[in-house]
Amino acid sequence: MVDVTEKARKYRSVAYYPGCALEGTGHAYNVSTKAIAKELKLGLKEVKNWNCCGAMEVKNIDPKLQTYLSSRVLSIAAIEMGHEVVMAPCNGCYHNLKKAEYDLAHDPESVEVTERLSKKAGHATYKAGQVETIHALDWLKATVGEDGIKERTKGKLAGLKVANYYGCMYVRPRHIFPEKDKGPGSESTTKPHFMDDLLAAAGAENVDFPLKTACCGGAHTLSDSDTSTKLVLNILQAAEASGADVIATECPTCHTGLEMHQVRAEKRFGKKTNVKIMYFTQLLGLALGIRPRKLGIQSNISDGMELVVEKRLT
Amino acid sequence: MRSFAEIEAEIDGIANAGLTPQEAVARLVAIGEEILEHWIIARGETPTLEQKEGFRLLALHRQGAKGDPSFNACRETARELAYHYNLITLEPDHPDTRKRVMLAAMVARHLCLFISGKMEVAGLGEFCCSSRPLRAAGG
Repeated sequence: MVDVTEKARKYRSVAYYPGCALEGTGHAYNVSTKAIAKELKLGLKEVKNWNCCGAMEVKNIDPKLQTYLSSRVLSIAAIEMGHEVVMAPCNGCYHNLKKAEYDLAHDPESVEVTERLSKKAGHATYKAGQVETIHALDWLKATVGEDGIKERTKGKLAGLKVANYYGCMYVRPRHIFPEKDKGPGSESTTKPHFMDDLLAAAGAENVDFPLKTACCGGAHTLSDSDTSTKLVLNILQAAEASGADVIATECPTCHTGLEMHQVRAEKRFGKKTNVKIMYFTQLLGLALGIRPRKLGIQSNISDGMELVVEKRLT
Repeated sequence: MRSFAEIEAEIDGIANAGLTPQEAVARLVAIGEEILEHWIIARGETPTLEQKEGFRLLALHRQGAKGDPSFNACRETARELAYHYNLITLEPDHPDTRKRVMLAAMVARHLCLFISGKMEVAGLGEFCCSSRPLRAAGG
């Protein structure tokens, strides 16, 4: 069982780590997350002078350097800013901060490298357990929850059929997410449901979507674009076959991949799909009565405005 | 063994192959096993005949992920295929059965695309003429 009250208290004011993607292609995710925080009066304090989490590029070459880079973000959030919790909406950042936490708790060599580089960089060394890393889904699920969403949205998303797409990094590898799979109230690594829960509470109908944690081919985008396009096309077609109007996303890399390859699938393979792609924070924001422009809906490549008007979401 | 293109073609045609829903989904699970065998053989191993949770498909996935954690990106895809097998065989007369077979085919296609892409990136190539272990053995 999860102590929901304690979590709700802890997560009401968090250090916010947007990461590089949310300052670029994931801009709409950034603005919609902030708009929701403002509407729900949740405290988001951006991590000062943050750096890249080490993403895939550094991790593939030197995983210990990636651990250090993520640890610097954790160090600023915990030691310099005094936060108990850091919230990362991007799956890549979330995954890397969790991985760093795990490595610093279990791998003496990672601890040694982190200590050495932190000293060289002139900041306090982060030690495992000084701050808790959460995803935007954990944040909203604990602070507002289904009851809070229900009360505030009055079923605003009724009539909207949603395929919830989590991507493969939100729950993988299992060992870096010790808080998951802990029974009622916790997230599942095999059948994630936090996004489903929140959107259903806002009135949406979640369709049975079999590829919710399937790979979007993000890592292959540059080296093997056709495979990425085919993987995304299959996800889009499966969402349509499931009856979805929109795919809800919670990762900027997956979101951008779905949007970009939706266009490419039509150009390269002549396969057109009509399902829309929106961040779950945009859908929740609409349900909360926030104007589409304030949620960055106009900056999505997948033009969702028609759907917003058709479903009377504004 | 067949090429990935041939496997994909069979997946695409499964709905029109004149099979009952139970036969179709059983065939898709067998195709899933064949896809995983490609990966395992290309790594120079012998595909297991064991079962995990009642499915050889899941035992093969587990074997394929050993020493390569990123392979777990298709863990849930393999599990979804097993889930759809159970769904369709336990409720063959359900009104959604036709749709479920179609979705199971999409899951199998995803497994095929993911593993063929991964073999390409890993430099293992397609099985048969270009797989690394065979090239190495043949000189």
